[in-house]
Amino acid sequence: MTKQISPAAGLDRHVGSARSRVDGPAKVTGLAKYAGEFAAPDLVHGYIVTSTIARGRITAIDSSAAEAVPGVIKVLTHENREKTAEKAKAYADMVAPPGTPLRPLHDANVLFSGQPVALVLAEDFETARHAAALVRVRYAAEAPETDLAALLPKAYDPPVKRDGIKPPPKAWGDADTAFGAAPIRVEREYRIADEHHNPMEPHASTVVVEPDGTYTVYDKIQGVANSLMYLQGAFGLKDDEVRVLNPYFGGGFGGGLRPQFQLFLAMLAARDLKRSVRVTLARDQMWSFTYRPGYIQTVTLGADEGGALQALKHHVVHGTSRYEDYQENGVNWSGVLYGCDNVTLSYNLVQRDTATPGDMRAPGAVSGMFGLESAMDELAYATGQDPIALRLVNYTDRDPVEDKPFGSKALKACFAQGAERFGWSRRDPKPRSMRDGRELVGWGVATGIWEALMMPSSVRAVLTSDGKLELGNSTGDLGTGTYTILTQIGADALGLPMEDVTTKLGDTKLAEAPVAGGSWTAASSGTAAMKACRNIASQVFVLARGMENSPLANVDFERVVFTGGRIAVAGEPERGVSITEAMRAGGFDRIEATEKAGPDTDFAKQYECYTHSAIFAEVKVDEELGQVRVTRVVSAIAAGKILNPKTARSQIVGATVMGIGSALHEESMLDHRLGRYMNRNFGEYHVPAHADIHDLDVIFVEEEDKANPLGVKGVGEIGIVGTAAAIANAVFHATGKRVRELPITVDKLL
Amino acid sequence: MLLEQSPPVSADTPIPITLTINGQRRELQVAPWTTLLDLLRERLDLTGTKKGCDHGQCGACTVLVDGTRVNACLALAVMKDGAEITTVEGLAGLGERKGSNALHPIQEAFIEHDAFQCGYCTPGQLCSSVGLMNEGHAKSRDEIREAMSGNLCRCGAYTNIVDAIEDVMHGGAR
Repeated sequence: MTKQISPAAGLDRHVGSARSRVDGPAKVTGLAKYAGEFAAPDLVHGYIVTSTIARGRITAIDSSAAEAVPGVIKVLTHENREKTAEKAKAYADMVAPPGTPLRPLHDANVLFSGQPVALVLAEDFETARHAAALVRVRYAAEAPETDLAALLPKAYDPPVKRDGIKPPPKAWGDADTAFGAAPIRVEREYRIADEHHNPMEPHASTVVVEPDGTYTVYDKIQGVANSLMYLQGAFGLKDDEVRVLNPYFGGGFGGGLRPQFQLFLAMLAARDLKRSVRVTLARDQMWSFTYRPGYIQTVTLGADEGGALQALKHHVVHGTSRYEDYQENGVNWSGVLYGCDNVTLSYNLVQRDTATPGDMRAPGAVSGMFGLESAMDELAYATGQDPIALRLVNYTDRDPVEDKPFGSKALKACFAQGAERFGWSRRDPKPRSMRDGRELVGWGVATGIWEALMMPSSVRAVLTSDGKLELGNSTGDLGTGTYTILTQIGADALGLPMEDVTTKLGDTKLAEAPVAGGSWTAASSGTAAMKACRNIASQVFVLARGMENSPLANVDFERVVFTGGRIAVAGEPERGVSITEAMRAGGFDRIEATEKAGPDTDFAKQYECYTHSAIFAEVKVDEELGQVRVTRVVSAIAAGKILNPKTARSQIVGATVMGIGSALHEESMLDHRLGRYMNRNFGEYHVPAHADIHDLDVIFVEEEDKANPLGVKGVGEIGIVGTAAAIANAVFHATGKRVRELPITVDKLL
Repeated sequence: MLLEQSPPVSADTPIPITLTINGQRRELQVAPWTTLLDLLRERLDLTGTKKGCDHGQCGACTVLVDGTRVNACLALAVMKDGAEITTVEGLAGLGERKGSNALHPIQEAFIEHDAFQCGYCTPGQLCSSVGLMNEGHAKSRDEIREAMSGNLCRCGAYTNIVDAIEDVMHGGAR
């Protein structure tokens, strides 16, 4: 098991304290540059033409009118483009699900509406956009299939499981018999709509052709290592031929995990023209790839009169594409969260003529937990219990699936502290019993759960004799605060002010790290950073101890502290030397260390690691108009140690906002005759705006967790899980109407 | 002068305009189909102003035109001939801070209140905040929320943004 070591040998100052983002000044002055903003001499602008049919073949492309426009350089299609890797496998990125990845402009086949069919290259953006509208594409169209409900009979168990996603566990007990015998029964279908990530920054790639023929690529991606792998696979590029950077990232939420087609097209064009190329997606094209797949799910709960679960079944069906079997953890939560002796969990896919769906903030948990936690609320009403009391009756300290204890699980404290802050005890459980003027008031609660993961990550640390520390790896800061927490960790480890620590991220020249996702970055990169800094600390200490007449001559490393730029004996601040002196005395200009961190397999053998939450929501519903406002949310979060309460709180608040969107606003609407999303803009696909967001309160219930030396479990996803269910439960409390299909729009309440 | 006597101008034929951008007077040749946003980002390397939707729906491109907040994606550059434009790059130099490198109070307040995450909507939120304060209509939190609703933030920093604006509006940052 991991030995607990404090980053600063007992002197925590920055870690655990609220600190402003170190990338703040760059972001408020406009100096932070995003993938589509890097300049290059003689830059070519690309504009993508996308398919208007969802299924069929291209029979002809006429680019002549586009090519006749002054300033247009070329129009690339499947007919005239450079040959790239033939095998589909070469296009598989680090997180690709099983199947045949999309090969842009590969052939005449159309697999979904919005698929790229041509790339117009021009001297300026306006010309490229104008000419793109002049490209004429003729198709032999086939009738698309996109209606999940209609396709349910074709649902299947994915034959090849996705890496890193556990399939549902084997059923235990006999859920059907137990359900039949249970005195209290709830069996309901719950649905959630397709949702698109829609980060504010549209996907973009700038491929810069360097004078020596190598490529410097700026790509919107949650981990540049993935883009590098993809480019190497698709174009056969060698390590020293391409470097990928993405220092700033305008929002991902999972939508930037996989390299997207604009990267491929920009590289294709750069190679063809031997010029630097930028391709940026238009907002409507952000509906042309990954999305959170809508669910049709059934939750079956059987309980005794006291609410103790006797049977639990959870079955999910969602869509995937024709070419990849995207899978997420939609039902396993139901086996982990509550103790029950008879459980059956199942998960099926349906092929549709859409792009492959993908991970979107707490993939699977947002959708699956909406079902489970809505059903638990229905069960609470069926048994006449308080919803929190029902959850406590079924509380489990062991993971029933793995039959192991949790490394930590402060969920009971989340309920207690959240309820106290929210004022839950003042709730009249009767629906339609609370009112504020013309609005009905409802209070709802739900539980959230997410995995606490680690992924193998490296960090390189460099200390120079001027007392400055630099940390770096290739992962991305998505706005999550990674720059800041790594800087805090480095500052504490070597006793430096944060101003003297620089963190660099998003560059394939830096130490290798995975994509940023799954809430694993703080634990993974954070631990690696701490280890690298401790390595450096031990090297500096040796130099300090070796100095002539060193005050540290007979002192062990375990007894010194690093503080104020000095190494001193713990408790004797005067007895020490400065880092700068020690390095100069030892004749070192710089000291480097690269360390790797990954999951603690010993710990994982004994414990299961999850984050938990209790979400309390207040809604006010206009009785005549059916309009719902979420006026208050209290999120009580148990996620281990919080490195930076300021940025961590923002993660939770931001996830809550997206959860409100999921509950009330977000719905990508397919026209099944065309197989095409119809509301591809912010006017018709609603994400929460300022006016939709009221009081959001966050409580961190800190836990001691030993899965990693920092005690960190991750906060990126947990804030959104359960939010939609808490809101739907509050809507029921307010109105007496149980809405089982998200989003809860006006029409469903009138 | 009658319209038909003007020489024919096509969408991509540059015409001369003058803009004062962040205090600097610029004589420019701009094609009529070029938006103020694309002019800033693609021609003048002022990429601080962001393109989120190009349809006036997200507010990421908000700049100040003669002190009023405007979606730069919905304004053709030629329509703004003679105007004074302030982008996020020029916020720090507004008003009495002219020439100093200090941040504008709203920029400081955004950092202090963690009013952004990915930072992509931030320049628009900042310019919109300054525009809102220039207008002087919004006072309460509800009014600020309403008047800032043209600026979307997918990271969901809304409550912190309102905190930052309130802070500056009612007595300066911190």
